Amino acid sequence: MAIAARDFRELRLDAMCRNFGSLNALKGVTLNVRRGEFIALLGPSGCGKSTALNCLAGLLTLSDGSIWLDNTRIDELRPEERGFGMVFQNYALFPHMSVRKNIGFGLAMQKRPKAEIERKVDEALAIVRLTDQGDKLPGQLSGGQQQRVAIARAIVIEPPLVLMDEPLSNLDAKLRLEMRAEIRRIHELIGSATIYVTHDQEEALSLADRIVVMRSGEVRQVGTPEELYAGPADADVAEFMGYRNQIRTRAAGSGAAMSVAIGGVTLPANPVRPMAEGAAIAAIRPNDLNVTADGPLAVKVESVQYHGQEFYCSGRATDGTELYFTAEHTVAKGDTVRLAASPNRILVYPGAAS
Amino acid sequence: MSDQVLAARPRPRISLRTWLKLREIDGVTLMVIPAVLFVIALFVYPFLYGFVISFQPKTGDWLANYRKFFSDPFLYDTIANTFRLAIPATLINVLISIPIALRVRRMDRRRLLTTILVIPITLGTVLIAEGLLIYLGPQGWFNRTLMLFGIGQVRLVHNYTGVMLSLILSGFPFAFLLTLSYVTGIDPSLEQAASTLGAKASARFRYILLPLLAQGLAINLCLSFVQTFSVFPSAVLLGAPAGATRVISIAAYQAAYEQYDNSMASAIAMIMGFCQLAVVIFILSSRRFFYRGAAGGGKG
Repeated sequence: MAIAARDFRELRLDAMCRNFGSLNALKGVTLNVRRGEFIALLGPSGCGKSTALNCLAGLLTLSDGSIWLDNTRIDELRPEERGFGMVFQNYALFPHMSVRKNIGFGLAMQKRPKAEIERKVDEALAIVRLTDQGDKLPGQLSGGQQQRVAIARAIVIEPPLVLMDEPLSNLDAKLRLEMRAEIRRIHELIGSATIYVTHDQEEALSLADRIVVMRSGEVRQVGTPEELYAGPADADVAEFMGYRNQIRTRAAGSGAAMSVAIGGVTLPANPVRPMAEGAAIAAIRPNDLNVTADGPLAVKVESVQYHGQEFYCSGRATDGTELYFTAEHTVAKGDTVRLAASPNRILVYPGAAS
Repeated sequence: MSDQVLAARPRPRISLRTWLKLREIDGVTLMVIPAVLFVIALFVYPFLYGFVISFQPKTGDWLANYRKFFSDPFLYDTIANTFRLAIPATLINVLISIPIALRVRRMDRRRLLTTILVIPITLGTVLIAEGLLIYLGPQGWFNRTLMLFGIGQVRLVHNYTGVMLSLILSGFPFAFLLTLSYVTGIDPSLEQAASTLGAKASARFRYILLPLLAQGLAINLCLSFVQTFSVFPSAVLLGAPAGATRVISIAAYQAAYEQYDNSMASAIAMIMGFCQLAVVIFILSSRRFFYRGAAGGGKG
């Protein structure tokens, strides 16, 4: 029998709150997770994403709100009674136990028969491709291998929910890409729901079915990677999704006829939600702002970085606005280039009147 | 001929300074000299001096002191008396320190509690002994309270119990501080991981904490044992120095300052040292049955 996640229909977080003294680390997080879903909790450090994960695991007690697995309330259960698998940022492998003992620990705690434990451990080792490393101590493994052991240990108990706390942040860039694919593959193989905490939007975009963007203890937006990439709900989310140009400006017109002033030029733009004229924030990805001979925006180049396929540049418009943009061909520092962006890629949000 | 061939091969030449540097020896290494002199003057020399004079008895051949010690029950019984105090006291101190250290490490006011617990160390054994004599003596408040409730008197001083209480009071803070430092060295995420894997508190202690603490507890047992084995002031003040708590250090003291037999006193001190060494070696050699790496999780 293969390792497969325990069945459930829905995990429900209902207005989950957690305070540390006077600090509200979580301010009413509500979320529904279906079986088999891969959810990324994305946000800058200190946004409450790890707190949310620890609350789910039972390592932190909720100050308010509740957590439900189908019709069972679980937020008052101790971590050992929840049966969720958790992968820690520092792996938290037991240094005095062999890889096999580490992986089999959860099953041994459930008092499963020896033969069954051996078989399941073999299977888990095969899933994470470490079959010949079982008798080593964790200290004898590389970082990537330790990561795999930590994953095997979490999934071997066949949890309905796997929680991962920035599991790739200690790995080097190449290994990160490799493990990203592995994590997605294992997730699909065992069919559990996975909640994955990260501050790396690329990781979240490539792994998740749905992304939950958090900021200062609140959920700012929930959506598929495509939805978040194309239409961030507010300027903060946009910034986090790679809309590096955030220009404080004024918007005129409305709906499809809206335009904003950027760098001394008026450009047609795309309001994410219906909004009134006035103070606004225009958000543009550097990849959507390209050097074109007949572009409307004139910019003096200040720095150029080579990124393989394109050049990633920054410069200043005639009114002093700093802009990040990309160029297909090399541009020289000090040159004046002309930029263009397609109107639907210039997102406009209502801005605080300042 | 072969010598010439060897000589002809170009050898990389390194200066003496580089050679020393490669072995981590440089000017700073000289700073170890005062410490070495200190150890020689205060430990190595007295030890060797005592060792030699223990084989130069007042009368008889070179082994006469040792033969005398092991043929006189009044003398050799002191070994058993000392063990009877030192082993339980050590075990009690170290074992009690574990649950307390596990609790204390999660407290916010760790400093305050640690300070309170450490006070007995600074008091010294004589003050503790005086205190116990007054509080627990026949006219002390403890026995008066018992009498008030009609329970009758309990004899807690001038016997084995008195010395044991004093050894626990003065030895516990030391054992506790050592255990606390080992406990706090264990990565808390290991216990969290164990709990998400279904391990209850007792299983987490047995399978995670205890194996990772084993090395530290062994060291703690050794140090606590050596401390309690050399018990002297409390055995005299609180115990029955002619009876149940006639420990080996009392025998050595009497030989040196009552019979003025330095040679015999040295022989007793050597026997005492040997007993301590035997226990320490026993404890340390049992360490190899336990994991002895870092107590951190994952990447070190």
